[in-house]
Amino acid sequence: MTEISHYSQVWSHRSPRGRLMLWVGWLALVALFVWCWKLMTADTIWFFVADAPKQAADIGSRMIPPRWSYLPELMQPLWDTINIATLGTIGGVIMAVPVAFMAARNTTPSATILRPLALFIIVASRSINSLIWALLLVTIIGPGLLAGIVAIALRSIGFVGKLLYEAIEETDVTQIEAIEATGASSAQVLNYGIVPQIMPAFWGITVFRWDINIRESTILGLVGAGGIGLKLQASLNTLAWSQVTVILLLILATVVLSEWVSARIRHAIL
Amino acid sequence: MTTQAYPTTWRRPPQIIKNHHWRLALQVGILVYLVLAVSTVDVNWARVYEGLERGQRFIMGFLQPDFTSRWKDISQGLVESLTMTLTSTVVGVLISIPVGIGAARNLTPRWIYYFCRAIIATSRALQEIIIAIFFVAMFGFGPFAGFITLSFATIGFIAKLLADDIEEIDAAQAESIRSTGASWWQVVNYAVQPQVMPRLIGLSLYRLDINFRESAVIGIVGAGGIGATLNTAIDRYEYDSAGAILLIVIAIVMVAEYSSSYLRKFLQ
Repeated sequence: MTEISHYSQVWSHRSPRGRLMLWVGWLALVALFVWCWKLMTADTIWFFVADAPKQAADIGSRMIPPRWSYLPELMQPLWDTINIATLGTIGGVIMAVPVAFMAARNTTPSATILRPLALFIIVASRSINSLIWALLLVTIIGPGLLAGIVAIALRSIGFVGKLLYEAIEETDVTQIEAIEATGASSAQVLNYGIVPQIMPAFWGITVFRWDINIRESTILGLVGAGGIGLKLQASLNTLAWSQVTVILLLILATVVLSEWVSARIRHAIL
Repeated sequence: MTTQAYPTTWRRPPQIIKNHHWRLALQVGILVYLVLAVSTVDVNWARVYEGLERGQRFIMGFLQPDFTSRWKDISQGLVESLTMTLTSTVVGVLISIPVGIGAARNLTPRWIYYFCRAIIATSRALQEIIIAIFFVAMFGFGPFAGFITLSFATIGFIAKLLADDIEEIDAAQAESIRSTGASWWQVVNYAVQPQVMPRLIGLSLYRLDINFRESAVIGIVGAGGIGATLNTAIDRYEYDSAGAILLIVIAIVMVAEYSSSYLRKFLQ
């Protein structure tokens, strides 16, 4: 036992070694930050950066007052945007369900081949933003709503698939065993043992994704995939900042509304 | 006495909406909406058919990615993306710590609370890409605008989650520190910080991951990074280069996701 030699010894949170390690860690982070900063700003034109407040004030003065007469023209694109999100969600969910069942450890038909494949589909879909999907699809199937819907659907697979397969893996085994004990086939086990257990999670995930998709579909028009983003792009290109304000406020209102709706529905289901 | 006839079939009872009429109304409503929505989707099938050949080339590009011929552009985009990701996460987290503390109801007076919550709400309201449009207009093209965008978006994300976390800390620990006569700073340092630190580090790592993904997107509107390279590649119809870029992005995201989830597990 070590004795406390004198009482002026001050309590400290960590041992000296721990403190040293902590300092080294922070120092490494700072060094990394400085190095990255140097690399990043190598080509920055500082004149433009210094000019930013003036630019901001200029844009701000052009944005106000908003041109409200532009609002009726935006209703059709807004309806398109909502359709992109909804149809995209439906398409994404339809594709995500089999992927989720393939990816879940307890329902996958083959753990060696199909499960890694399903997991790869999920990761690939999750790591590519819907805007990039839209960018690709616009060049492939042409500009318009369809490209947006497919982009949203492809992006949703990963999100819905991941959350759904986690829900499937968390199902209660005893209920499934009880169904199995009645002599049910594997399809019946799926239908009566697993599906009722994941149903609330399924609807919750779907509505949650729909909410996110509304948010994402508002900007898909920037790359030509239809919806209100097209109007935003057009207004930005013509430097019509007062119209940009109206569009942004409308997007904001839609997003807030969809968030509220989705929160209400999820609250009712779960 | 006759035995009561048992039903030989069974129907699963409805799980979510129990009222029959409501269910019917909902189903009809969904059907009507779907018909309306699908009818607005105006597809130019000739164009789609034409595009299929391009789609095929894109899939071929994905299967045989071309890393070499545009490697200079790709590597520059990657360096921009990665440096932008790190710097913006560090700066964003540094700013969001005071904002997050200010937005915790149990630590600060009312007016600071509302002020900080307003900052968080503004930052969270619009997507990165829209913010990027504005910052590109203000700061000019290039990764600096992207850095500002991502930092700004990071503030909303981290500060909100940090504030919610601080509000949920064990009040007894804060109380006991306070009862030793500790000042406000000491309460934050000895009662709040140890409780929220593991989660803050976890959130920062998670945000690092998100920022990289976003950095691949904001390049489309001119904020630098790998997204700009990708956009150029697609505009030039160089699908093999685009495929290579996408594969790199997927690989980095996968590595980041697994290492950050491993690190988070290790830290918590």
